[in-house]
Amino acid sequence: MTARTLFDKVWERHVVVPETASNPATLYIDLHLIHEVTSPQAFTDIENRGFGVRRPDRTLATIDHSTPTRINPDGSRPYVTDHAEKQVETLLANTREHGIETHGWESEHRGIVHVMGPELGATQPGMTIVCGDSHTSTHGAFGAVAFGIGTTQVGHVLATQCLLMTKPKTMAINVNGNLSEGVTPKDVILHIISSIGVGGGTGYALEYRGSVFEDMSMSGRMTVCNMSIEAGARCGMIGPDQTTFDFIRGRKFAPKNFDTACRNWVSLRTDGGAVFDREVHIRAEDIAPMVTYGTHPGMAISVDRTIPKAGTDADSGALDYMRLESGKPVAGTKVDRVFIGSCTNSRLEDLRAAAHVLRGRKVAGGLTAIVVPGSTLTKYQAEEEGLDRIFLEAGAEWREAGCSMCLGMNGDIGSPGDLVVSTSNRNFMGRQGPGVRTILASPQTAAATAVTGVITDPRTMETMV
Amino acid sequence: MSFEPFTTIISQTLVLPATNIDTDQIIPAKFLSVTTKDGLGEHVFSNLRYNADGSETDHELNSETGKACRILVAGHNFGCGSSREHAPWGLTDYGFRVVISSEIADIFWNNSLKNGLLPIIIEPAAHQWLLDNPGAKITVDLTKQDVSLPGNHMTYGFNIDAFSKHCLMEGVDELAYLAGQADAIAAYEVGHE
Ligand code: SF4
Repeated sequence: MTARTLFDKVWERHVVVPETASNPATLYIDLHLIHEVTSPQAFTDIENRGFGVRRPDRTLATIDHSTPTRINPDGSRPYVTDHAEKQVETLLANTREHGIETHGWESEHRGIVHVMGPELGATQPGMTIVCGDSHTSTHGAFGAVAFGIGTTQVGHVLATQCLLMTKPKTMAINVNGNLSEGVTPKDVILHIISSIGVGGGTGYALEYRGSVFEDMSMSGRMTVCNMSIEAGARCGMIGPDQTTFDFIRGRKFAPKNFDTACRNWVSLRTDGGAVFDREVHIRAEDIAPMVTYGTHPGMAISVDRTIPKAGTDADSGALDYMRLESGKPVAGTKVDRVFIGSCTNSRLEDLRAAAHVLRGRKVAGGLTAIVVPGSTLTKYQAEEEGLDRIFLEAGAEWREAGCSMCLGMNGDIGSPGDLVVSTSNRNFMGRQGPGVRTILASPQTAAATAVTGVITDPRTMETMV
Repeated sequence: MSFEPFTTIISQTLVLPATNIDTDQIIPAKFLSVTTKDGLGEHVFSNLRYNADGSETDHELNSETGKACRILVAGHNFGCGSSREHAPWGLTDYGFRVVISSEIADIFWNNSLKNGLLPIIIEPAAHQWLLDNPGAKITVDLTKQDVSLPGNHMTYGFNIDAFSKHCLMEGVDELAYLAGQADAIAAYEVGHE
């Protein structure tokens, strides 16, 4: 038998009707995650056409994008608009109607959909997972084929549990060696995107390979896979191993026959000698703490470097928008806000990393720092460890779980002109509010920046124990 | 789902030359809290079209000529970013049936095809010509899979998978096609649980 990649194996296991020259494959979907923003029109479409939800038991819902991250003193929730509240209510009504397990306000698993799935153990190796959200690639960290879909396709999966798909090509991203002190998974993925470009992964399924990913925690692997889409790839995955299994064991949806499941999962790993359509090699030693300086995630540099010359009109337009000058060091630039959160960096490990820097320190005067955990459970766990005290004593805000400032749909946005250092995944113009300028960075860099008030290389801060 | 079957479109182009126009620029997140698809055309490219006070800018997108354009020509890597289908809903509601660039992001590409918007990746020379000649009247022929530029009779081919072409030309609906495979799906489920 020919050697196959992880992607090939998972794909082949899910083909219901094979691809032909004239028709795409019909691919079976194991897990469909839904949230309030991209599902209402899909429910309307299928209902209008007389379809029900084929597999409510393979569907999980939560509310995260439009949800407020504050609670009023009277216990009510300050929705940014009536539309936002209606969207949440619509999701809750739709899932109630169709018998879909929903993690709403009362569930400790409510939170960012890509934090919830793994936390419940619903995300497992070898699965096909979709969600109407492009950062569904996060779940690839477990060796699942996971990708974002549009609302029409959300309707297809609700009604038939299948999707029409053509098979993408495969690309291996090999990172071997030892990461230097202070270099985090976020820095690794920002380095990768700046190397292959924001369109470099278009048409490919990525597999992250090599010692750096083998040594990485599940939380770190999720950070890496999360941003695959920022290189244009719809999915990015990592071969399942003991780290993966240890994470899943004991969670709500973990398989009953766990050891058998693990043996099956191991067999999914890419065979020796399997051929990828493209291979990229990166040396771990070449990666430093990264920050973006432009208006897409590919415009990223080491935090200790100077801003590159704009090679194109687009780049100079981006620099104008960012009000940054080529040739100047990026570190030392004054910052107005720091956001620690999003499905990229809002898990317990991220919060610990930020707290480690903020412990016994204060947020710089005039700077607003907000910390938004990825799920309610993450929030409770952080509080149990006393991380909330560290944040609050430093002068940062400690909020309810949700997407928050990652895309600002819930009203958590910056003021026009603000420079925000953000642990999220997109630095697009205006994403965090009209005229807001976004710098993407790791939780460590964001926390160090919160303390000094200027973009700061976390390696220059001594952490107090 | 309803869109008109698609064969040939002859129209002036509206050109947005910026590269990496992402879905946040096509339809900013604050317009995503709708629960229907209606009226999103008003909000496409709202950062270009409206001032902070809500008044209209003099951007071409607000002009009568702009609104009559069926073909959007955009800079490299159009539609990158989120999976929001609100982007193609907004573009088609505005009136576009075709978007041409030298690179178009995957998810946006797929979402467009499902909503009667034809995404075309064209070779760099033709793309440059289109960027340099805003408002040119061009012909997009889906049957022949080519774009004809006026003046020097240049014709450039483009790729589209056979299935999407068939669906666009016949107005075929993917959901009906999938539902037609119910037996195969049920059989698969038996072996897969
Ligand atoms: S945190 Fe940001 S990227 Fe992640 S699901 Fe929410 S909005 Fe999307």
